[in-house]
Amino acid sequence: MDVKVIRAGMLTTVQDLGRRGHLAEGVPVGGAADPFALRIANLLVGNAEDAPGLEITLTGPELEFEEAVWVAACGARFEGVPAWRPIRLEPGERLKFGKCLQGCRAYLSVSGGIDVDWALGGRGTFLSAGFGGFHGRALRDGDVVRCVPSARTLTGHWSLDERMLPAYSQEPTVRAIPGAQAKEFGGALYAQRFEVTVQSDRMGIRLSGLRLERSGWGDLVSAAVAPGTLQVPPDGNPIVLMADAQTLGGYPRVAHAAAVDLSLLAQLAPGDGVRFVETSVAEAHALARARERDVALLRQGLASKIRPT
Amino acid sequence: MKLEPLGDSAVVATLGSKIDRSTLASVLRFSGALVAARGRGILDVVPAYATVTVFYDPHQFAEPGEDAYATVCHFIEACAALARGGRFAPAPSTIEIPVCYGGEFGPDLEEVAERAKMAPGRFAALHAGADYLVHAIGFTPGFPYLGGLPHALQTPRRDTPRVRVAAGSVGIGGAQTGVYPLASPGGWQIIGRTPLALFRPALQPPALLKAGDHVRFRSISASELGTWT
Repeated sequence: MDVKVIRAGMLTTVQDLGRRGHLAEGVPVGGAADPFALRIANLLVGNAEDAPGLEITLTGPELEFEEAVWVAACGARFEGVPAWRPIRLEPGERLKFGKCLQGCRAYLSVSGGIDVDWALGGRGTFLSAGFGGFHGRALRDGDVVRCVPSARTLTGHWSLDERMLPAYSQEPTVRAIPGAQAKEFGGALYAQRFEVTVQSDRMGIRLSGLRLERSGWGDLVSAAVAPGTLQVPPDGNPIVLMADAQTLGGYPRVAHAAAVDLSLLAQLAPGDGVRFVETSVAEAHALARARERDVALLRQGLASKIRPT
Repeated sequence: MKLEPLGDSAVVATLGSKIDRSTLASVLRFSGALVAARGRGILDVVPAYATVTVFYDPHQFAEPGEDAYATVCHFIEACAALARGGRFAPAPSTIEIPVCYGGEFGPDLEEVAERAKMAPGRFAALHAGADYLVHAIGFTPGFPYLGGLPHALQTPRRDTPRVRVAAGSVGIGGAQTGVYPLASPGGWQIIGRTPLALFRPALQPPALLKAGDHVRFRSISASELGTWT
């Protein structure tokens, strides 16, 4: 089943839930910046949670579907595309993403999943190294993306109970675990609103606010960093590392966003604000467990609504 | 050894505070033992300079009442004994990297040589004459951070990073030297270029080098660079 890309949008890439086992070779985990939204989009159309979908950024694409298919768009909301529910498309029908109404990144899953090759244990696009996903690059106008054929019947009209969604907001509060140099920055991270700058992408979100001053001094020995790590370069403006960030970092680490809140960060667009509140590793794990229970309930609930035909 | 969390999904084991060969040797013994002993829930083991970072999936340690962080720390501590013998350290390779120094391929060679008060040819010969050790792989896929740069060749990074450094560029950043496997932005002083591919996503392993490997550079001419296959 082919999907024709009429217009590609600003940055539309194939993403899954990331690749593991290659950090020591300098290959980041990558995958969906908002993994929760991609998982839900996949579940809504009967796919495995880690099936590749499209990550759509700020300006959405226009797509034409060759055959009848179920799709779901989760995460950012776009004009003309209902979010968080399965959408039935007829052969030849076009799906046009209008203006981005809320958030930054939407995830479009197609029943069956997008058919791309595995590269280093993942099927997501790693743009800066040019491999994975759809020929290692973002989609362009005129591309034809192949999907795995699937015949599924969804029963009834329903949508997701939005109470289970993360607290998406243009001004979210992100829970953060203190980093190795947290004490050298005092509590300044938690005492202000930061603004998301335009120099933000899948590698990192650059924030601006009152300069974070470090009381310690001296160079640090570079070590591994991870999506969610808040590094503070000498200019005092923190950078939150995201899915495609480099694997090593030498700047002081003031904190690390809780994994469940990466979804909130992924939905921030330039000009949005963010605050941080301190949490612990144990609390972050409890939040992650609660999130998994919600997803498991949804999975069970959907089992009765989606049938292979 | 000091253990501390890197957020809610990794633990950093710090084995020293300096960049030197003996610290790296213990880091590699330790990461080798962790890789050999790792079971379900341990996702990645990243040795770099003086630390080994262990990435884990907290959901794999989610028995009622179980503290995932403490469980992973226990695993790491248990591997300390295993690491002591050194039999799990990966066997280091020695890799020779051909480099065409200077000219259009090494636009900063003249400037760094002048700074070091020597002729560009002498600078290149000293760079090619040293034995280097891979301290870590990072920055971009396959990028080796190499220790062992002769003191006289150490040069600060450029004040303004280049927006694009060509793939294969050999650079100097402070006390380290390295090779850009992919075209990327970069702030290091570029002194030459290699035709060797340091990152090949279709191969296993994709990175030519790993932490602990030894590297030597060999000077080649521009025509050799052009005809390399």
